[in-house]
Amino acid sequence: MFNKKLLTAAAVSAALASSASFAGTLDSVKERGSLQCGVSSGVPGYSVPDDKGTWTGLDVDVCRAIAAAVLGDATKVKYIPLTAKERFTALSSGEIDVLSRTTTWTLTRDSQLGINFAGVNYYDGQGFLVKKDLGVSSVKELDGATICIQSGTTTELNTADYFNANGLAHTPVTFDTNDQAATAFDTGRCDAFTTDLSQAFALRSRMGDPSSVVALPEVISKEPLGPSVKQADDQWFNMVKWSLNAMINAEELGITSENVDDLKANSKNPSIQRLLGGSEGLSKGLGVDDDWAYRIVKQVGNYGESFDRNLGAGSALGIDRGINALWNQGGFLYAPPIR
Amino acid sequence: MINEQQPTLPAPASTIGLVGWLRTNLFNTPMNSIATIVMLYLCYLWLTPIFDWVFISADWAGTTRESCTSGGACWVFITQRIDQFMYGFYPADETWRLNVTFFAFVALIAWLIWPNLPKKGLVAAFTLLIFPFIAFVLLSGGYFGLEHVETHKWGGLSLTLVLAVVGIVAALPLGILLALGRRSEMPIVRAMSVAYIEIWRGVPLITVLFMASVMLPLFLPEDMHFDKLLRALIGITMFQTAYMAEVIRGGLQAIPKGQYEAADALGLGYWQKMVMIILPQALKLMIPGVVNTFIALFKDTSLVLIIGLFDLLAIVQAAQNDPKWIGYATEGYVFVAFVFWIFCFGMSRYSQHLEKMLHTGHGSRA
Repeated sequence: MFNKKLLTAAAVSAALASSASFAGTLDSVKERGSLQCGVSSGVPGYSVPDDKGTWTGLDVDVCRAIAAAVLGDATKVKYIPLTAKERFTALSSGEIDVLSRTTTWTLTRDSQLGINFAGVNYYDGQGFLVKKDLGVSSVKELDGATICIQSGTTTELNTADYFNANGLAHTPVTFDTNDQAATAFDTGRCDAFTTDLSQAFALRSRMGDPSSVVALPEVISKEPLGPSVKQADDQWFNMVKWSLNAMINAEELGITSENVDDLKANSKNPSIQRLLGGSEGLSKGLGVDDDWAYRIVKQVGNYGESFDRNLGAGSALGIDRGINALWNQGGFLYAPPIR
Repeated sequence: MINEQQPTLPAPASTIGLVGWLRTNLFNTPMNSIATIVMLYLCYLWLTPIFDWVFISADWAGTTRESCTSGGACWVFITQRIDQFMYGFYPADETWRLNVTFFAFVALIAWLIWPNLPKKGLVAAFTLLIFPFIAFVLLSGGYFGLEHVETHKWGGLSLTLVLAVVGIVAALPLGILLALGRRSEMPIVRAMSVAYIEIWRGVPLITVLFMASVMLPLFLPEDMHFDKLLRALIGITMFQTAYMAEVIRGGLQAIPKGQYEAADALGLGYWQKMVMIILPQALKLMIPGVVNTFIALFKDTSLVLIIGLFDLLAIVQAAQNDPKWIGYATEGYVFVAFVFWIFCFGMSRYSQHLEKMLHTGHGSRA
């Protein structure tokens, strides 16, 4: 109920905002000389401060990419840590320019909160972890199982829905935090543990014996996470959208932060040349110079590099690319071409 | 001869010293003896593993989680991040400013509470009226060539202290005014004081903070942005003022009517009466209540984590989410609890000392 009121309040404010005339966000970011980016107050691999206070993570890299494109310097970002409840207000009140905080793209959010989702930077979904020695290879075999869940979340409802729909019995064992639920599963309190897969892998990495825990193949909910901006500022919406697209396209074209200079100077591939600013005037409509995507790749890296550094093999989490691989490598990631 | 006074014998060994104390307090009846032994055994069962975890098999030295192999507490997590827990995201080259502010404040307070130092009035005025501005310039910068440090970079213990100190320092004088207002004979002043106190006391602090951070920006014009920390500070102060006012009103009510009448008979005006006769007596009576409120406020500051400010608790929680350190939540929470306990226990001891020192007259001497 409270949420509904909050939604209404946010929608009203957004409506007011769109009727008022404002200078475009792109111009105000340039004028300010820094990007205000809303991030989480700590989600492993997505946005988290390291021991020197530098923000790192997949969501943080989106902010850095936008700053590199617009301001020419990926470090010119002011990170505003937000809780899940605050995030949409901060965006519609103009406290932040872009929200990059593990936010699921849904109909209600897109249509009622006065915000626009600029794309998807991680396809998440709810999954199940079990111990290998349970000998289970599918959720369908979990009839009558006890399942550790964080209470009061959509996770709990999704699980009940899924089990009911498949005519399976289950006993949920709920905990206040995901952390407790994972610990309980690890110590043998439940047969299975369920949460969003990105979280599940992070939590698995700290279990007693991570290699004895496997994820079941079923993913029972869709959680596309992505950056969002305030509605009714199309120029800025495009900027954010294409910053993310540039990272994905760069990976597809094999451009990395290491070979970008070489490719810019020597590549004969017209797609690469277009992305790296070789075709003059292409980015006029975006409101930035032609080298914007070059700067993103040079300073932040392509999507694959970012994923690997924050979530994948190069990180402590070790998450597989899975459905987050490129479209031509069996995943969902597909960015419209830059031409 | 026989009637000659014998020298006094020392008390029997079984009634003095440690043994005597044990015999009278812990082993005075068979039932108590059994209870003592059972309790000691339970303490042994409970405390040994804790002691072992905290000290004996804990890891203290190292730089990464690979250093934590012994199975006890991994204090490396804390030592590696201690700067961040203390200073938040404050630029490393500028942390001297936090230190200077903190130690200057401690020195001023020490001056005020140390008995028999001269010029306390002057120092008090400086601490209350001038020091806040110096502290603000030092912390926030932007003047005199100091680099401007935006408030979203403040964090850790220093942010907790800023919240608590501002709340405490601002709430006490405002609370006194409100309490006097509530006991005033002027109907409008009284009605407004009552309304203020009852409204703010009637809402939870978490609601106040939530309003300040989530709802308030929606009511403000598009390009008007209040600093989030400032919003939280105002919220905490307004909330705390209401509580303080009620504690002080309790103290005022405890002063016998004769004191008021005597002051009137001397021909003192309202403020003279209050400042010279009533408040000095009343404030002494209120010490336990006021300190209790301070301690509650100090701990309440950790609620700002729901509005995304990185106080000590929030920054430790954020650090637990660093993929490099996932799984050391217990150490983090123990550390936070220890720091909070040190501060709260210190405040509590000082208040007891103050009560003893000021215990000079009136009322029952318990």
